[in-house]
Amino acid sequence: MALPTYADPLERLWHRTYQVICVLVFIFLISPILIVIPLSFNVEPYFSFTEKMVRLDPAGYSTRWYDMLLTFGMQAPDVPRDGSWLADMWENSTWVNAAKNSVIIGFWATILATVLGTLAALGLSRPEMPYRRTIMAILISPMIVPIIIIATGMFFFFSNPCGVIGLECGRLTSTYLGVILAHTILGIPFVIITVTATLSGFDQSLIRAAQSLGANPRTTFFKVVMPLILPGVISGALFAFVTSFDEVVAVLFIAGPEQQTIPRQMWNGIREQISPAILAVATILVVISIALLTTVELLRRRSDRLRGVTGR
Amino acid sequence: MAQLLTTADGRPLAEALAQAQAKSRRRAFLLVVPLLLFVLVSFVLPIGQMLHRSVYHDGFSANAPALVAWFAANPAGTEPDEAAFAALTEDLRGMQANRTAGEAGTRVNYILSESRSMFTRAAREAGDLVPPYRDAFEALDPRWVQPAVWQAMRSSSSAYTTDFYVVSADFQRADDGSLVRVPENRQIYIYLFVKTFLLSGLITLICLLIGFPVAHLLATLPMAKANLLMILVLLPFWTSLLVRTTSWMALLQGEGVINDLLVWIGAVAEDGRLRMINNQTGTIIVMTHILLPFMILPLYSVMRVIPPSYARAARSLGATSWTTFRRIYLPQTLPGIGAGSLLVFILAVGYYITPALVGGADGQLFSNMIAFHMDNSNWSMAAALSAMLLVGVLILYWLYDRLVGIDRLKLG
Repeated sequence: MALPTYADPLERLWHRTYQVICVLVFIFLISPILIVIPLSFNVEPYFSFTEKMVRLDPAGYSTRWYDMLLTFGMQAPDVPRDGSWLADMWENSTWVNAAKNSVIIGFWATILATVLGTLAALGLSRPEMPYRRTIMAILISPMIVPIIIIATGMFFFFSNPCGVIGLECGRLTSTYLGVILAHTILGIPFVIITVTATLSGFDQSLIRAAQSLGANPRTTFFKVVMPLILPGVISGALFAFVTSFDEVVAVLFIAGPEQQTIPRQMWNGIREQISPAILAVATILVVISIALLTTVELLRRRSDRLRGVTGR
Repeated sequence: MAQLLTTADGRPLAEALAQAQAKSRRRAFLLVVPLLLFVLVSFVLPIGQMLHRSVYHDGFSANAPALVAWFAANPAGTEPDEAAFAALTEDLRGMQANRTAGEAGTRVNYILSESRSMFTRAAREAGDLVPPYRDAFEALDPRWVQPAVWQAMRSSSSAYTTDFYVVSADFQRADDGSLVRVPENRQIYIYLFVKTFLLSGLITLICLLIGFPVAHLLATLPMAKANLLMILVLLPFWTSLLVRTTSWMALLQGEGVINDLLVWIGAVAEDGRLRMINNQTGTIIVMTHILLPFMILPLYSVMRVIPPSYARAARSLGATSWTTFRRIYLPQTLPGIGAGSLLVFILAVGYYITPALVGGADGQLFSNMIAFHMDNSNWSMAAALSAMLLVGVLILYWLYDRLVGIDRLKLG
């Protein structure tokens, strides 16, 4: 913001202060995220910069913590790195297995949340939808209700899901399905919010135009509605995926040893003995979030362009 | 005179319209039904079922049938007679056979601490007890003849109970069954509840104070620059919560980056390193960082559409810059302040992970107490505390819906 020419010295001083405050807040926001990147290459098991690192001495840096991520949990980490080493890593490395679980759970939770959420958002965006506000409030509530309450409730329910109707039918705790269902619930609000936001600018007469030109409802949906709301759907899906990928409390309560995810593994690492290996994981996750943010921003701009909204 | 309007096939127009509208309402509803059912079954139902535990615990009533019968036959305040102690013996023998003494003792323990061990011990010895039972119990442990124990058992003899809420509200039952406050030094739950709301309020205030200038800057900069700076706000928003908590641990700990920096520039002495983590300060700093984007984004979306001409008009009419801000600009940002503050406050009240990792002893919030009881299998206590927290959060959520509107919630 440019300062008007009629500003007096006091206002100029205040304007400088304001700018300094803003810069400090930006530093506060971004430095914790960037600081982990150099720290994760520390050759020493410390959480601070060593003298060698400050002097930019290559000897102060190493990729040993990244290496540890691959080898931790392997049966024979020290053999020459050939095909059998790779197979061992793929099968036994704790972090690789956690990553696999995170991706599997995140993938299915995202699919479920996106399909159900998009359908519901289509219904909720229609002006004739009955009880719109109440239903919306219920569907958004997983984002508002404290996660510990959700996880506790699901823990009891999933340990005997048919108990409500007085039957026994196995359990959902310590199963992939249980964790996937829990993460679906947590991802749904994000899909609803992003897709209804996209639909809020949606021109309903386009549907009527398609129908008057002879398109059946299915063609109308896939040829007219879907391409327009797709950016919103994909953003919602990415939000749902990130939510699942970052979720630890529901996993703590519901998952068994077979379903350890990356956040769960990080939680263990932070609580037990925190080593820079955690910072290496953190760095990888920061890179992933930068990629996701870029994707979502590009999608949002595309969506705005499609809907004819100019600028931001 | 009034001619009934009809459609081409002769139906009254009003009726045809009503039918068409009902049909489109049904269609809209059908699209929502799958998700609504899913959320009701795997979200609302589990929480309801969990809350049921806060008023229901059959650990004692299911395992002490003789005592339950005696309590039903004798009104509250009756001195336990020999028949009562005989019933107690019978039930303890049953518990020993079924290995349920711990379960029953746990239930009584909620009201009277240290009574669980009394039950497990008495159940082990119950087989050897001989009449008169009252004297036998007194010899075993003099506490058995105290009225407090009998009051606690009477209270436990019904499966439906408000005892867990009594404990959650820092009350206890006196020997005659009346409610009294627990001693000041044991009033932990209400204290923590209030502290959680106060800390959340403080975090919200800090977020507002440091988020306001940034949102203003973003809203008044040219679009290209604002978009670039917006990334600095959105990147934390997209970064894993655990990652942010971890990096704050690296920054704030005694041997961490900030302390090293302060020692290096000589601001603090080597042995005077600041304690910024594993205490309340840690919780406040890290939660402020995590929740700040939730403040900036709603503020920004409101400030962006405030026309700058109002402020200019005020200035041209002779208002000082402070008056312009206070009387013209600030009132227009109120919707954003309300939306951001409520959202940050609601999210802060339920926080669990961050306080658990960086809060140390005094930086724990109410959610951590729920987790503590879950870890110790005090499920009914966890449920009662959850109910308290849930009511608090739902009131705020309702307020948010009334003041801001849920459909105006935006992300990024």
